[in-house]
Amino acid sequence: MSEAFEGGRLPAAYMNPGMSSFTEFLGAVHPDLLPNWRDLPQASGAHQLTPDATTIVALTFPGGVVLAGDRRATAGNVIANRDMEKLFRADEFSAVAIAGSAGIGIELARLYQVELEHYEKRESRPLSLEGKANRLANMLRGNLGLAMQGFVVVPLLVGYDEARGIGRIFSYDPVGGRYEEQRYHSIGSGSVFAKGSLKKLFTDDLTEAQAVEAAVQSLYDAAEDDSATGGPDLHRKIYPLVDIVTEEGYRRLPTDEVARVAETVVAGRAERPDGPIAPLS
Amino acid sequence: MSMPFYVSPEQSMKDKADYARKGIARGRSAVVLQYDGGILLVADNMSRTLHKISELYDRVAFAAVGRGNEFENLRLGGVRYADAHGYAYDRRDVTGRMLANAYAQTLGTVFSESNKPWEVEIVVAEVGDDADSDQIYRITFDGSVADEKGLVGMGGSAEAVTNALKERFDPAAPLSEALSAAMYALSHEQHERRELDAANLEVAVLERAREHRKFRRIRGARLERLIEEARAADGAPASGAGGASAGDGAEDAENGA
Repeated sequence: MSEAFEGGRLPAAYMNPGMSSFTEFLGAVHPDLLPNWRDLPQASGAHQLTPDATTIVALTFPGGVVLAGDRRATAGNVIANRDMEKLFRADEFSAVAIAGSAGIGIELARLYQVELEHYEKRESRPLSLEGKANRLANMLRGNLGLAMQGFVVVPLLVGYDEARGIGRIFSYDPVGGRYEEQRYHSIGSGSVFAKGSLKKLFTDDLTEAQAVEAAVQSLYDAAEDDSATGGPDLHRKIYPLVDIVTEEGYRRLPTDEVARVAETVVAGRAERPDGPIAPLS
Repeated sequence: MSMPFYVSPEQSMKDKADYARKGIARGRSAVVLQYDGGILLVADNMSRTLHKISELYDRVAFAAVGRGNEFENLRLGGVRYADAHGYAYDRRDVTGRMLANAYAQTLGTVFSESNKPWEVEIVVAEVGDDADSDQIYRITFDGSVADEKGLVGMGGSAEAVTNALKERFDPAAPLSEALSAAMYALSHEQHERRELDAANLEVAVLERAREHRKFRRIRGARLERLIEEARAADGAPASGAGGASAGDGAEDAENGA
């Protein structure tokens, strides 16, 4: 690609001002590198070409937001991957996770990371959280053609709003509709069960550690009732991924810390298989 | 019949080089140097928003002197080139050498093919896993690249600034002492000693220990504190090391790009 410059110098398109968007730039200079601009032939069953990434949960706590996801990807009834990573650092103050067609979702997340960073480097300031959320909606809209053929992908964006000092969650539909979620949300095949679980576990005054535990509990509940969601695999040491975004910025919870939470949750389920009880009134 | 006016290639190149040198000499200087935690970039810059120093990629930074619109074009081209390359391959595949080459080719072509050469001089610095693998490239207006060892001074009074920097340069010095050396060097502008403070310094570092993106601007209160420490280190070079690094860790919160 970029090495084939005429005479070795950077082509004019690299140097002219204008676009702050990396995607637009790539579309103008190297459209072949963009994931969603290729025309696909019509075919039934095409969506089986890439595995499905499954459950993602997110919940806020005072001063930040937690994003967590299981590790399973499925292709029909087959477990295609048991240690997939579906969570990505988007930039210093946001993280994104994907559910749906894995091959396309991962590429979308990778492009989104570059998009945010590119803007920040170009303008010497990061996008606002709303700007980031809208940008993702726009990129998702570019995937509509693929979505119509079965390659549906939906992201979940979480971020720390520096202006307001709170964590926020944005969900999307396949056509690029953007919806801000209050308090907690879940996407993917196990989301119904995860959301039900979070509904009972969530309170407005969770600490960061409690929010992480609630996330892992809800993923466990999703894994119990949804065959496409993987629970913590203590034997293989495969645990959910947990990202936390606060005033301090983005951080991925180290594996040993997630392991400790997962072991507590699994041990608790040995006592009571249905998990923690919410008070009746 | 009038003859077209003939100018020999030697004369034409010399004229262009003189023109570019004069243009660069009008501007203020910048220095890039190693310190114990990575690479420090300091520019004499009155503006808070028009940057002479910026991030190109995870481990690579850019510093420039000369005509602003011209080096801004180069910076933009570098950011796009690095992002496109890193996206097409992998983040680790973006190197300072690659960017330095792209800049050298671009400046070389502009110098030989257009009437007006670009009045810029730039540095591409890449922080490595250890001090030995740090790379600092200096690219001049005619597209020549030099692989510099440890430090570079460029701009209005490049020679005076570089010589002053060499006097105090120590690649194993902590950040405050390195900044002190940089400020000492930059004060040798235009044969006069100038007093520099936070308002006319643009400071950034490539921090080896930092994760993911190594580039960080130092400004505002943090810069003022660091300058205080640098002045203290200047007064007592022998005892500078202990006190200097004490404040560094706690100030990370203020690191917006």
